[in-house]
Amino acid sequence: MIGIVNYGAGNIFSLTAALDRLMVGYGMVNTENDLEKYSHIIIPGVGHAGAAMEKLKSTGLVDAIKKLTKPVLGICVGMQLITAHSEEGDADLLNVVPVKTRKFDKLLNIKIPHMGWNAVAHENNPLFLGVEDNAQFYFVHSYFIEYNPTFDIAAASYGLKFSAAIQKDNFYGVQFHPEKSGKAGEQILTNFSNLSL
Amino acid sequence: MLSKRIIPCLDVKDGRTVKGVNFVDLRDAGDPVELAAQYAQQGADELVFLDITATHERRKTMIEMVKSVARQLNIPFTIGGGITEIADAEALLNAGADKISINSAAVRNPKLIEELAKAFGVQFVVLAVDTKYVDGKNMVHLNGGRLITELETETWIKQAEDLGAGEILLTSMDHDGTKAGFDCGLLGKINEMINIPIIASGGAGSMDHFTEVFQKANVDAALAASVFHYGEILIPDLKQELKSNNIPVRL
Repeated sequence: MIGIVNYGAGNIFSLTAALDRLMVGYGMVNTENDLEKYSHIIIPGVGHAGAAMEKLKSTGLVDAIKKLTKPVLGICVGMQLITAHSEEGDADLLNVVPVKTRKFDKLLNIKIPHMGWNAVAHENNPLFLGVEDNAQFYFVHSYFIEYNPTFDIAAASYGLKFSAAIQKDNFYGVQFHPEKSGKAGEQILTNFSNLSL
Repeated sequence: MLSKRIIPCLDVKDGRTVKGVNFVDLRDAGDPVELAAQYAQQGADELVFLDITATHERRKTMIEMVKSVARQLNIPFTIGGGITEIADAEALLNAGADKISINSAAVRNPKLIEELAKAFGVQFVVLAVDTKYVDGKNMVHLNGGRLITELETETWIKQAEDLGAGEILLTSMDHDGTKAGFDCGLLGKINEMINIPIIASGGAGSMDHFTEVFQKANVDAALAASVFHYGEILIPDLKQELKSNNIPVRL
């Protein structure tokens, strides 16, 4: 069963709809005790990373999340939250993965936000099991996670190379929206729900 | 590389999909939820639902339809029509919509763009603009092209970008329904002016028209309705055709 951290950063209807389609059970995490009820944890998130971090802090779950040893998946802003810092609101984040979240630079001659389907090159990682290399996923974001070969498990390019997915121990993060990325995205959600550590 | 997006548009009235020629004569083309699922299967990159009666009849977009679309669809979608305040947008977001498109309400109250962007992020706010060439100028029109405004299209779009619109959906009323091709000249000009994605709309009649609008205007996405609804262009064929013309697409 997947526990979804319910901290009010963005709408989770599409995520729960995707899990329903995949027949993956889920429930909401509102308290520290709730974290014990589930085998896997998803941190969703849309919007402003600094504001999302404030909302997460107000749930009182930050320390408990950082101590988790079960598989955790951050999606979009949820992924950014597990990094050390975001330029969005100059915010210190969970610092589970010591990388930075930075703003896309329009001087790279790109439109911002990065919105649409982009190819994702991935390493041999169980999260991407059965996903074709360079399969396309749906992205919507103005801030990106800097590419760092130690923690990167999948990369994409938009003006520059950035991390589309990262991992450190039991913590995973994906910048794209698996719940909106067709069959490839559904495969990621299925793979995550099957991860055992 | 970021793919160019193909977006079928479902004009919805009374819970059914319709598409008129030059927005007048309405014809029935099916159940929106079923159509949406079919398009996702065929490889559509995104969908737009416009409640075309919402504006002049002041009807709110149907939340239940949005929910059933979100339950079935594994691609993003936008809802437009009748959104005049934050509460409308929030209800749609909570029902599973990825983006909302606003048109008349933004013209009447440009601050709405700013308020929506602040509340939900710029990525949530699509500004739809219906434009028509009148006396040597591109003028913004409202209510499905029935009502001319005093706004020049170029000025309005630039202002909207500054206010926080995350994407522009530009429909040429001169081209819409003609099946004679997109308005590549205007689209290219607007695209040069702004730093947010732009969706071309109005005039798609053949696969060549899509190739042309991506090559000439370098838009981020192209939207069409009837050519898809009546099966005149099949999305898998269109994507192959674009790919053979070196336009990046998702297959």
